[in-house]
Amino acid sequence: MLKITDLELLVGGVAHLAAINASFQPGTLTTILGRTGAGKTTLMRAIAGLIAPDRGQILLDGTGWTRLPPWKRPVAMVTQQFINYPHLNVRDNVAFPLVRAGVAKADAAARAEAALARVGLAAMVDRRPSALSGGQQQRVAIARALVKKAPVLLLDEPFVNLDYNLREAFRKDLVDLLAVETGTVVLYASTDPREALQMGDQIVLLADGRIVQSGSPRDVFANPASLTAARVVNDPPINPIPFHQNGVADFGALGQQAITLPSGAYTLGLRASDIRAGGPHQARVTLTEVTGSETLTHLSLNGLDLVMQEKSVVLRSPGDVVGVHLDLHKGLVFGADGQRAGV
Amino acid sequence: MKTLYLALKYLAIALWSAFVVFPFLWALTTSFKSANGVTGGATWIPWVQYEPSLQGWQSLFGGVGGINVVKPFYNSLVVTLSASVISITLGTLAAYALSRFTFRFLWMRNSDITFFFISQRIMPPIVLAIPFFLMLRSLGLLDSLPGLILVYVALLMPIAVWVMVDFFNGVPRGLDEMAWMDGCNPITTFWRVILPNALPGLVVAGMFCIIFGWNDFFFAFTLTFTETQLLPVAIVSLNSSVTPWWSLSAAALVSIAPLVVLAFVVERFLSKGGLAGAVR
Repeated sequence: MLKITDLELLVGGVAHLAAINASFQPGTLTTILGRTGAGKTTLMRAIAGLIAPDRGQILLDGTGWTRLPPWKRPVAMVTQQFINYPHLNVRDNVAFPLVRAGVAKADAAARAEAALARVGLAAMVDRRPSALSGGQQQRVAIARALVKKAPVLLLDEPFVNLDYNLREAFRKDLVDLLAVETGTVVLYASTDPREALQMGDQIVLLADGRIVQSGSPRDVFANPASLTAARVVNDPPINPIPFHQNGVADFGALGQQAITLPSGAYTLGLRASDIRAGGPHQARVTLTEVTGSETLTHLSLNGLDLVMQEKSVVLRSPGDVVGVHLDLHKGLVFGADGQRAGV
Repeated sequence: MKTLYLALKYLAIALWSAFVVFPFLWALTTSFKSANGVTGGATWIPWVQYEPSLQGWQSLFGGVGGINVVKPFYNSLVVTLSASVISITLGTLAAYALSRFTFRFLWMRNSDITFFFISQRIMPPIVLAIPFFLMLRSLGLLDSLPGLILVYVALLMPIAVWVMVDFFNGVPRGLDEMAWMDGCNPITTFWRVILPNALPGLVVAGMFCIIFGWNDFFFAFTLTFTETQLLPVAIVSLNSSVTPWWSLSAAALVSIAPLVVLAFVVERFLSKGGLAGAVR
């Protein structure tokens, strides 16, 4: 088990990681989900030993890692950039960590070829990385990470620099590849909530260097504990609609559970998919984004900026007026402190 | 239009080639001439325009009117190669450290320290000559090969550091970090991963060191007397009241031959793209 306690890292007085406490079981894939700059890469680099934390401990099966240099940590890592050794061919690239660990060259080469076969590069073992496409180069990096059989595997947005179709295909392949790594703690950093929902056994939400929530992907998505968590776990981000409640009221129809709210300021978080076209509220279009087969329409409604998500391609121009329906009963209510209210 | 462009391009290349090759051709034909052939006007084709003579080449091995270049050639080779190897070795290690680790000395940071190395080459050589002379004299190394090697290391290492720092800065740090995670400590990372990928930089630095070392006349002249003569000094000593142009030309060709051979040998290492496929 990989355990992190009270991990803290300051850069120029600014906390890049703060009060990180988490434990990760072997055989599970945990997605570290957060927006750009949330601290995902910093956390992975701290686990790998590439940066030293100011406080806290990292333990693998009870053994402290914090003072170990990276070359003494049993960690494999795949980064956003496709990093390979340019002077070695693909086979030697993958065999490299084995040879460094003292495995006989012939054995290392055989194991490297087997790993390359698993990632679909059996025919390219004699090529140099520069003769491969970006996707193939990243497969080499993944094979090199897998061949080590390290107890901790860190995948830092490994597919972020690939095009959409390759990313989707690789994600599925990776899940299949990792299914047999039953003794490995796998941490997968991502900015994409859909990726986290598809891949992870567990999800850890990171914002501003802090863990804001963790749990099973479905639970976290259905019940974000705070407005920050709701923003991270929803893509497009959840629509915050501020409102004020005077006197205790029962909002039984609001959200998925009956809630009772005392007087105060609140924010209703409404997912972009919970706003539909064809309703009574007249909203003005400010921007239309078509992504694949979806349309994200940015709207202005009574001074509120909202995003509506539709599962079809709908072309609207800025300035158009569109009638929308808000499924308020699906909304999540958050208190003035940003925490979930009434649950 | 395209034909005209091509024609102009080839004309320019031809003119430049003639400009570059002509002095070599002149030296080559002159080296096969005798006194009469040299003073009788410009001639180019042996056996037709002039009677070829091996007098110039024979004089390089102690023949009449010349000097024996074997020992100066050997001295130059030893000094240049030794100084270059030491400079490249020390310079590469220093450059890797300056590229990867943060150093502070008073107000100076890495870039200042790097500049400090190369600043020695900004000074006029005469400024360095006297201190070098005094130091070698106090060490008893004046007019000796070790003394010259020591001075040339001091002169060549800044070049190696300058070239290699720039090259290492171009090698992604991600490559070092990946090597660490693959089990290499900083020394094996340097040896197994960074150095093999720095080969083009090493070749460039080596070329600069060898060219500067081989061609240097000033320090070879001021720090030696009679025992340890380097090739440039030996060649210049031919230039007396009656210059034997045939011997001078042959000696000049001998002195540039190693550099020409070196250029052909290392040319393939100088192509760009050595780090392609490292980080994308």
